[in-house]
Amino acid sequence: MTNMPNLPSGIEVLDYEFTGSVDAGRFDPVLVGVVGSGNLEVLIEPAAGLVCTVHVETSARGYGPIWQAVVSDFHQRHPLAGVRVSIHDMGATPAVVGLRLDQAISDLRSLDQ
Amino acid sequence: MNTRRSISYMECSARERLGLLVDPGSFHEWLAPADRVMSPHLAQLGVPCAFDDGVAVGRATLAGSQIFVAAQEGEFMGGGVGEVHGAKLVGLLQRALRDRPDAVLLLAESGGVRLHEANAGLIAVSEVMRALLDVRAAGIPVIVLIGGANGCFGGMGIVARCADRVVMSDVGRMAMSGPEVIEASNGVQEFDSRDRALVWRTTGGKNRWLCGDCDVLVEDDVDAFRDAAIGALASSVPVTLDLLEAEHALLAQRANLLAQAVQDDEAVALWASLGVADAERVPDMDVDAVRARRTA
Repeated sequence: MTNMPNLPSGIEVLDYEFTGSVDAGRFDPVLVGVVGSGNLEVLIEPAAGLVCTVHVETSARGYGPIWQAVVSDFHQRHPLAGVRVSIHDMGATPAVVGLRLDQAISDLRSLDQ
Repeated sequence: MNTRRSISYMECSARERLGLLVDPGSFHEWLAPADRVMSPHLAQLGVPCAFDDGVAVGRATLAGSQIFVAAQEGEFMGGGVGEVHGAKLVGLLQRALRDRPDAVLLLAESGGVRLHEANAGLIAVSEVMRALLDVRAAGIPVIVLIGGANGCFGGMGIVARCADRVVMSDVGRMAMSGPEVIEASNGVQEFDSRDRALVWRTTGGKNRWLCGDCDVLVEDDVDAFRDAAIGALASSVPVTLDLLEAEHALLAQRANLLAQAVQDDEAVALWASLGVADAERVPDMDVDAVRARRTA
């Protein structure tokens, strides 16, 4: 994870990268959730390569280890490759984050059909 | 009758409303989330941005008619109009002037100017008003739908009243100053913002309907809003001097209705003075009953 120095102290920026085994292929970007108190928005886009990147901007600072756990858990459930996940968070609980990520994957799959 | 169960318009997000209101699959978004056209101000204040800055804009069809549509997300900063949010609304309206769709739909849910962006937000709202009036003057009806939990307040309340048609649900609210603002500036004895019944009696859809401030009163149901929007598609109301003078006369008449101090509930007294039957029962009535009681 990295902290971007050009962002002010209010927002914490976290970045994760996983090697995936399931190629997501081409798809239209998927957006779920809303940036509201205790909520978050998740944007999933196709990306080059065999990795899944997760970029988090959150107003709740100091929860890096929990994000690491939630995002790793997500990647174990959905070992996608060629995917860029971007998150804007306003203090969502880990359970809400996990559900939003699953919702995004569910929307992505329903677009395929 | 529709066999689908009722879906609350209020409970939906802006994008859910869009998906359910226009013809299925017809919404084509401009400046979509992945384009990342976001607020240049919020990050400096330590507030997370939204990929769409709280408003989705695009074109769609409604019962086959070509429309332009915008939907504000009330959960993001109370639907507050920031610089980018406002510019998206202005751009949509200006494009409507060029491309001439059959109508412009605005699914409004906003507390008004996003105070974090101060002057940029204020300017944005005034630009939205000007652009909206230009579209209206071009004979393209602008239809505002109000039924979100955050209501339609401040500058967006003014924007709504600039439109050709206003559709509200009974749980929808529309006003200039919101309840908390009135209480903060004039005291709790003037307006108790925590008195929810009072808030709805004064800003809610039923009162707006009985006073003639909204043109259609609907149930809190996505299909009801869709039907009302379809019904308003051909309802261009040209802004003329006669129309403005009639509006001023109506407002002057309303201001005189309660010239004397009222002992009981002021909203009920207002409805009674408008000739609304069973005025004291209005807050408990269902939408159909209230619709039938409009006198103006």
